[in-house]
Amino acid sequence: MSEDTNLPKPERIPFFQRMLDNPFLLLFIGVAMPTVFYTLWGVMEVATIPIAK
Amino acid sequence: MAQFRVCPDSGFYFDRSAESLMKVNAVAGVVSLLIAGILALGVILTRWQDVHLLPADLFYQVLTAHGINALIFWVIFFEIAVLYFASSTLLRSRLAAPGWAWAGFALMVIGAVMNNVAVMQGNSSVMMTSYVPMQAAPHFYLGLILFAVGALIGCFVFLGTLVLAKDDKTYDGSLPLVVFGALTATIIAIFTIASGAIILVPTFLWSVGYINHIDAEMYRIIWWALGHSSQQINVAAHVSIWYLITGILFGARPMSEKVSRFAFLLYIFFLQLASAHHILVDPGVSSEWKIFNTSYAMYLAVLASMIHGLTVPGAMEVAQRSKGYTKGLFEWLRKAPWGNPVFSGFFFALVIFGFIGGITGVVMGTEQINLIIHNTIYVPAHFHATVAVGTTLTFMALTYLLIPVLFRRALFMPWMAKLQPYVFSLGMTIMILFLLGAGTLGVSRRHWDMDFTGAMLSFDYPGTAYMMVAVGGIGGVLGVVGGAMFLIVTVGSLLFGKKLEPSAGLFQGFCGLPLADSVYNVEQPPRLERAEPVEHHHDGFEAPGTFVLALALLVCFVVYYAINWDYLSSVWPIG
Repeated sequence: MSEDTNLPKPERIPFFQRMLDNPFLLLFIGVAMPTVFYTLWGVMEVATIPIAK
Repeated sequence: MAQFRVCPDSGFYFDRSAESLMKVNAVAGVVSLLIAGILALGVILTRWQDVHLLPADLFYQVLTAHGINALIFWVIFFEIAVLYFASSTLLRSRLAAPGWAWAGFALMVIGAVMNNVAVMQGNSSVMMTSYVPMQAAPHFYLGLILFAVGALIGCFVFLGTLVLAKDDKTYDGSLPLVVFGALTATIIAIFTIASGAIILVPTFLWSVGYINHIDAEMYRIIWWALGHSSQQINVAAHVSIWYLITGILFGARPMSEKVSRFAFLLYIFFLQLASAHHILVDPGVSSEWKIFNTSYAMYLAVLASMIHGLTVPGAMEVAQRSKGYTKGLFEWLRKAPWGNPVFSGFFFALVIFGFIGGITGVVMGTEQINLIIHNTIYVPAHFHATVAVGTTLTFMALTYLLIPVLFRRALFMPWMAKLQPYVFSLGMTIMILFLLGAGTLGVSRRHWDMDFTGAMLSFDYPGTAYMMVAVGGIGGVLGVVGGAMFLIVTVGSLLFGKKLEPSAGLFQGFCGLPLADSVYNVEQPPRLERAEPVEHHHDGFEAPGTFVLALALLVCFVVYYAINWDYLSSVWPIG
């Protein structure tokens, strides 16, 4: 038996943990969520208010 | 030349560059707090109608500077120090791009000074919100923009340090929970600062005449993505510090690290949407937008805070019980180190933040009952519970921890440090509770004169409202005394505190100069090993005392929420 087969298998990292370990993915989510649901949605509603005549 | 020193008392490793930057940012934060605290006295003694200290123009000037120094400069300077501590010291890593970090700090200082000068010159008394069409001097906005750019650089230095630490393999496994919390604060900060740039850059151009109109409603929506989210940075930062303090003082481990991480993830997703509660009575946006952002998304962020509120004291209880404090429900709490200001500060911050700040926050975020208290003095009462106690007292507690560790000085007048969290919490709690009451009676926020002297349409508040504002004023003065005690201890420690390291001189304390070269004798700290998983015993509640406290919070919340709905039916009768 070769020596390599005796080495412990590297621990499988769950998908959710890999997501939490990626700061730039979290940064994207953390900026995209409020930008879409708060800022863009809010600004679009204000921008579509009819102008008073 | 070695880059790191190890603190002989705490075992923390400090990178030479990061250490200097932590010190200067913390000192700049404390200076901002000093300014904010002095001005707070002017605000309190003017709103207290029997004293009515300042004339109207000076009151609005003082209130503007108080708000910006307390809510922006103090907390963000300190948070940048926390970010460098979390990324460099806790991960045992060198700091990424220290030159950029210094440039960011310089911009923040220039911005803060410029903004304060603009307000002191008297033509920028536009409050922290600076709603258009009120116009401040151009350097008011420019100061804020420069400060924000500097803070943004600090955020990217933090992210760069995370990358460096991963590349250098300074830690094993995932980011430690406290660093993950700091990452959450950074993400919220980046959204906050980007929102600030989107609205403040055009407003600056408007103030110098290049743009002729800023839509008031558009301004309010985008500005609150800066104004409220900036306070959410605080929440993520101070919750992270709660985990740190319980870990250091009690050796506590999170009850479930997965659950705590998930709670921080909920912050990343939803916390910033709570900005919408400021827009709840604005006619320009739909109910769908208001209800989604406050009554659905915000509750998921509230859920996250409740998880932290349960797991932080829960972890402390488990650690205390493992040391033998098992008698009854609360021996673990009675036997806590109440004479240690690090503990008392942290614990009072947690309780006041959760019980008062949390419950009133949900009331403010509910579209219907928000109507009772919208734009009343209830609002500043709420955010004094969350920011002035929740965040500020947590930062004060951390400062007591860091003075010996980071600045290498013993605490000056330790008896005063021991008393300070009690005085500050008591004063602020009195102020907050009575101003909540006054706000429920309709007393407006920011207003100079409760008597409406000379107003074309007169209005009389009930006598109870005057009494509540007056008692709130007494509490506020006591809170300022507590704040002054903190400043005496911290500044006194850097000036007169016993040197725990002979080279810890004045310039090392106030200006961030490194200690003697011989102190930095570690080339590379040993790798931070992943902690062993916590063993759970399933023979009943692990933290029954905390469970009872959580039930008490639930009862308070349900009762208060119901009272508000009942009150709404009386102030707004139908039929």
